[in-house]
Amino acid sequence: MSDNNNPIIICRDVHKWYGDFHVLKGVSMEVMRGEVIVIFGPSGSGKSTFIRTINRLEDHQRGQIIVDGTELTHDVRNIEKIRMETGMVFQQFNLFPHLTVMQNITLAPIQVRKWPKEKAEAKAIELLKRVGIPEQANKYPGQLSGGQQQRVAIARALAMEPKIMLFDEPTSALDPEMIKEVLDVMEELAASGMTMLVVTHEMGFARAVADRMFFFDKGQIVESGTPEQIFHNPQEDRTKLFLSQILTH
Amino acid sequence: MTTVYQEKDTLAPPPAERKNIFGWMLKNLFNSWYNSILTIVAAYIIFVLVRGVAGWVVTKARWEVVPANYRLFLVGQYPSMIPGQEDFIWRVWLAVYLLAAITGLAWGIWVKKREFVSWVVLLFPPLVGSSPYVTNVGLKLVGKLYGVTDVYQFPGFSAKAWALMWGLSATGLAFWALGRAFGRRLARFAVTMLLLYFPLAILIIGGFGEQGWFQAIPTRFWGGLLLSLILTIVGIVMSFPLGVLLALGRQSKLPILHSLSVVYIEFIRGVPLISLLFMAQVMLPLFLPPNVVIDRVLRAMVAIIMFAAAYLAENVRGGLQAIPQGQYEAAYAIGLSGFQTMTYIILPQALRTVIPVLVSQFIALFKDTTLVAIVGLLDLLGIAQGVIANPKYIGTQREVFTFISVFYFVFTYAMSYASRRLEKALGVGER
Repeated sequence: MSDNNNPIIICRDVHKWYGDFHVLKGVSMEVMRGEVIVIFGPSGSGKSTFIRTINRLEDHQRGQIIVDGTELTHDVRNIEKIRMETGMVFQQFNLFPHLTVMQNITLAPIQVRKWPKEKAEAKAIELLKRVGIPEQANKYPGQLSGGQQQRVAIARALAMEPKIMLFDEPTSALDPEMIKEVLDVMEELAASGMTMLVVTHEMGFARAVADRMFFFDKGQIVESGTPEQIFHNPQEDRTKLFLSQILTH
Repeated sequence: MTTVYQEKDTLAPPPAERKNIFGWMLKNLFNSWYNSILTIVAAYIIFVLVRGVAGWVVTKARWEVVPANYRLFLVGQYPSMIPGQEDFIWRVWLAVYLLAAITGLAWGIWVKKREFVSWVVLLFPPLVGSSPYVTNVGLKLVGKLYGVTDVYQFPGFSAKAWALMWGLSATGLAFWALGRAFGRRLARFAVTMLLLYFPLAILIIGGFGEQGWFQAIPTRFWGGLLLSLILTIVGIVMSFPLGVLLALGRQSKLPILHSLSVVYIEFIRGVPLISLLFMAQVMLPLFLPPNVVIDRVLRAMVAIIMFAAAYLAENVRGGLQAIPQGQYEAAYAIGLSGFQTMTYIILPQALRTVIPVLVSQFIALFKDTTLVAIVGLLDLLGIAQGVIANPKYIGTQREVFTFISVFYFVFTYAMSYASRRLEKALGVGER
């Protein structure tokens, strides 16, 4: 299992339909341990849906998804096992408003991993220091700024000590001056060797951190490559058009 | 922009307002010709109503029916109006004392601020005890207005009753001090006692076994306010978990669970409570073998619980639907199971948003328990009807119903006040 040459995520020909609407049309991707993947593309291209199939917030109807050696099927045990190994950060933060920051972070380690409270809280303090807001531990999410909430959400995901972190447009709901504080945390996380899949339009982040980039359009991977290749030598017309649209202002 | 700052120095002060009662009346009651007319008409109607009622209160009303039946109103025939048998009223007092002790303890542990309401709660028993005297003063004053000299005066309570009431306050205060002194160390004990209080109280009042201090007292002797409160509290306590389960069932994706919940909820909501009560009293024996007899009070309880649970389920469903999908997703994403997600994330938020609705429902439930009088149980209303039927007190409907209205008002108002406090404490609408 710890063989570093095996991909940690394998997706083969993943299809998904919403009713008659074909959202994912055969997506294949392999992610190695420690890789940082940036997924971008126009809205409605299926990139968020794809990332959400990896921890089964959406189910796929054809193809195969294998995460850390476990295949995602309808078997609830497999789903729970994979969710323990993957953390997820959402566009809308989705913190639990009735719990303090500390309780938000310690809930899953205590209830799912069965850690003693002291251990979970020590871990939470450590993570809050890492994301730069140890002084907010006893506040409620509603009392924090958007950037702080998103950093708490990252800490909450990291508390389960996941092997993979999924980011679904983590900065899209933030005010411009708060985007940097979240991206800084993500860059630090990438530098620490975490396997990350990031759906984002922050091309500066992609250029600096990504190992590989995937361009999604109409439910398919149109083009993939290193940031170097994507930014300086895109092969597909659709990629060129999209990049010109988001980079020219 | 600069001109604004320059003008600020020369701005005129706001026009002087008359801040006294006349100023207020001018502004709110007589600010236009039609408002003035409305005010005068309304004032006249109120005057006529008050004059009529007050005149009846001091001249015609036969208040003696009320003090003569205090005990009946409070506990019905519990237990010994039966001649020659032991009086077990002390068991009701014991339950009330236990409540005072637990309330005092909980207050001492958790309520840090000292407020007006603390004094009201602490002095509630003697306040009740002094209510006849206060009423007498009022009766005398109104009597003077009508030129009646021999206005009815309520008798005071006996020394024994006074001692019991002050004892309640003293018990509450003692346990409050205990809670204060030991604080958090008693918290677990206090929570256990709060949870255990109600079953314990029922056990004390209902009793068990054939003889002895706590011999069983058949429910046909339970009555008055005691029965009303027991029906209400059993209704609330038992319908709550059932209602939450039904709400979850209705939300469930499992088809059988879902349709069973929907059928139950829609069936019960489509039927008036009174018909459920009749079914429980009259129809149920038809289905049971003749030697199986289910207690009449228990049957009423079951009907009330079934009824309340269906409505509660719909209220809770409203709260569940208000929870954004993102909360479920976030909970699943950190690895919580469906059950854990419900317990720690969804239900706490959903229930908090529906507290005001739930309390309204509980208040309605308390008033709905009066329907058991129609199927022959002697709750507060049933006892009231019984008292009126007594040849000695014929024609005293108004007095009796006025008196029991006061009880219903005090209890329902206390419930809605408590819910407002609870909302504030839990920060509904803030977080």
